[in-house]
Amino acid sequence: MAEQMKVIYERPKSWANKVTHYCPGCTHGVAHRLIAELVDEMDLLDKTIGVWPVGCSVLGYDYFDFDSVEAAHGRAPAMATGIKVTNPDNFVFTYQGDGDLASIGMAEIVHAAARGWPITAIFINNGNYGMTGGQMAPTTLLGQKTTTSPLGRTPQDNGFPIRVAEMLAQLDGPAYIARVSLDSPVNIRKAKSAMRKAFNAQIRGIGFSLVECLSTCPTNWRLTPVESMERVRKEVMPYFPLGEFKVVEGVL
Amino acid sequence: MERVSIDEQRCKSCGLCISVCPVKILIISDRLNARGFRPAQCTDQDKCTSCGSCVLVCPDIAIELHREVKA
Ligand SMILES: Cc1ncc(C[n+]2csc(CCOP(=O)(O)OP(=O)(O)O)c2C)c(N)n1
Ligand code: SF4
Ligand code: SF4
Ligand code: SF4
Ligand SMILES: [Mg+2]
Repeated sequence: MAEQMKVIYERPKSWANKVTHYCPGCTHGVAHRLIAELVDEMDLLDKTIGVWPVGCSVLGYDYFDFDSVEAAHGRAPAMATGIKVTNPDNFVFTYQGDGDLASIGMAEIVHAAARGWPITAIFINNGNYGMTGGQMAPTTLLGQKTTTSPLGRTPQDNGFPIRVAEMLAQLDGPAYIARVSLDSPVNIRKAKSAMRKAFNAQIRGIGFSLVECLSTCPTNWRLTPVESMERVRKEVMPYFPLGEFKVVEGVL
Repeated sequence: MERVSIDEQRCKSCGLCISVCPVKILIISDRLNARGFRPAQCTDQDKCTSCGSCVLVCPDIAIELHREVKA
């Protein structure tokens, strides 16, 4: 009797089958995989346009089989808005780090959220500027040492970290805002359902959506990948609580 | 076909899959792949419960899972 094998998990079809340039254990790869799985499951391959940032994920466009464009630093929401206005039937998302979205691009994301146009932002909060060698970001925790806060971030010298999800959820424009974490199997499952809701908020034409993903940067944190996941749970989550901060009617 | 297939050339030896496997059948092997990483390997295919935890944490989509069904 021939043995038959059923598929429990296979690489997503929209994944371009390349090996990424990310450091070992970096959760950029996890966020990428969730996007590819949802594009497959929601049958979005022919409709998707990704807008990529400046940061470690600057080469993200290369890893998927859907169309992509590369934005100037922080300007992905402005570009995505223009693309969506002129191509309303396409599914348009931005993928942005915390330097890109919350430093140089803070104005763009605030106004995109306030405008409420149906685009989706996937926001990677890894607490520093990974690509350029671990400088302080708006999300860097108090006390956290980075190359530009070598003695640890202080409110006097550096101001307080910014909770982007909560801040944008105060606006009337957004349809869906959530913070998830990529630290463990259970939280990665939840991250995927939040991203599905965010994608749906756009597909159903309801409005702007953003999912903030607590992520790791093992290289600049100078921790192993496993220690980095533990740090997310012990140090990052208490300051950046997980949850849905805005869910308007019709988002599911 | 194996239950747990790890594409050794994609694996970056990060160890995340090993840290979450509930039945502890994943280890770092002593081989080197073309990029110089020691890939993860499964020591006991029969013990895999197909829980999917390793796949969920793998940032490099290096793991695929299958399970035998009665024909
Ligand atoms: C206009 C401009 N200013 C500054 C830089 C330098 N720069 C490149 S990436 C980056 C920050 C990236 O950090 P983040 O968005 O958090 O992405 P990560 O690498 O952490 O994923 C900066 C400041 C640039 N490329 N262009
Ligand atoms: S520098 Fe940090 S964010 Fe960039 S790929 Fe490496 S681990 Fe990931
Ligand atoms: S599917 Fe579950 S039991 Fe099987 S190797 Fe992966 S983590 Fe271990
Ligand atoms: S999680 Fe993926 S990349 Fe990391 S050791 Fe396991 S198989 Fe390799
Ligand atoms: Mg960052």
